[in-house]
Amino acid sequence: MSTENKEREPLFSAKNLKLLKEPLNISNPITVQVLGICSALAVTAKLKPAIVMALSVVVVMAVSNVVISLLRNGLPPRIRIIVQLVVIATMVILVNEVLEAFLFDVSRQLSVFIGLIITNCIIMGRLEAFAMGNKPWPALLDGIGNAMGYGVILIIVAFFRELLGSGTLMDYQVVPQSFYEFGYQNNGFMILSPMALITVGVIIWVQRYKNRELIEDN
Amino acid sequence: MQEIFNIFIRSIFIDNMVFAYFLGMCSYLAVSKTVSTSFGLGLAVVFVLGITVPVDYLLNEFVLQPGAMVWLDEGFKDVDLSFLSFILFIAIIASMVQLVEMVVEKFSPALYASLGIFLPLIAVNCAILGGSLFMQQRDYQSLAQATSFGLGSGVGFFLAIVGIAAIREKIRYSNVPPALRGLGITFIITGLMGIAFMSFLGIKL
Repeated sequence: MSTENKEREPLFSAKNLKLLKEPLNISNPITVQVLGICSALAVTAKLKPAIVMALSVVVVMAVSNVVISLLRNGLPPRIRIIVQLVVIATMVILVNEVLEAFLFDVSRQLSVFIGLIITNCIIMGRLEAFAMGNKPWPALLDGIGNAMGYGVILIIVAFFRELLGSGTLMDYQVVPQSFYEFGYQNNGFMILSPMALITVGVIIWVQRYKNRELIEDN
Repeated sequence: MQEIFNIFIRSIFIDNMVFAYFLGMCSYLAVSKTVSTSFGLGLAVVFVLGITVPVDYLLNEFVLQPGAMVWLDEGFKDVDLSFLSFILFIAIIASMVQLVEMVVEKFSPALYASLGIFLPLIAVNCAILGGSLFMQQRDYQSLAQATSFGLGSGVGFFLAIVGIAAIREKIRYSNVPPALRGLGITFIITGLMGIAFMSFLGIKL
């Protein structure tokens, strides 16, 4: 079989679209693959840092997936982990510098968690599992898809925690003042860190209830 | 001396890596199915944190901080290399893990066999890098303080992972709703353990 008469795959073929869509639901990095939990929970007390974090991960992941995919044939397997770490760390430094320059207050709130994107297992996991064996374009889609799947969970958790915990969204008051006059109170518990875990637990519950095939035995 | 002890207790209970900052969650969830494996991973984390945090402290103190390179030459007092800390810390961690692995393999094959795959895995455990980054952010004053912070955080992680593993071993006999089995219930239990650990917040040190 020669390469000449092999038809070129269209950019958004069904297979490629699947790479983009699957991580959003049935192979979600957080709730199904169990990758990248650490940062997902710590930055979700408010919606704004969660969105910034999600975008940073999309950028880091898309670029490092493409870079590793380009390098994949010349990379000796023995040193691949350190090369991957260097690529990721470089991207994270860039993102961190940009955030400090343009979004200083958010970057303060995220504190060490931007740095921790380096050891975010989603990125290493996808580099190992996908980018090392695929061409740059599918690797880009896979990176964006997985980072979005991560971001979606981040944003859902942050939405509920900020709404119930402080009555605001993106720092705008959404629970009207009259509610408070009737005796409604913000649930301060939602701001505390253990509630992030319980919220994710409930998301997993709902998702598995809808997708029966994901249910695992004890 | 008392300050060092306070930092140790603080980092075990109050600023627990897992329950207060969610660091090391990935391995915490993945390796907590049985007590014996989680025991091994916990030990390895204590070990590696106890080594990397002091080493990164020295690196931060003598190379990275603004004006840290004065010991080389007066002319370096305006140099600020702190933007390099991520990449240098992770390089130190990766090479330290490699070194620890070789030393353990050489001198204690039994321990090596029981730690097995966990040692290399630790290089990408966020608790390790997190330890170094928190150390940098909180400005510890001496090497001893940094070491006690590193060891304390490790012990905190150890307690958390052995605790959850023990609970998961028992929960196998209970009737959990099917959709919640496995990952879901583990999250919720961790949340409850976190709430329990929050009671330590009342301790003033």
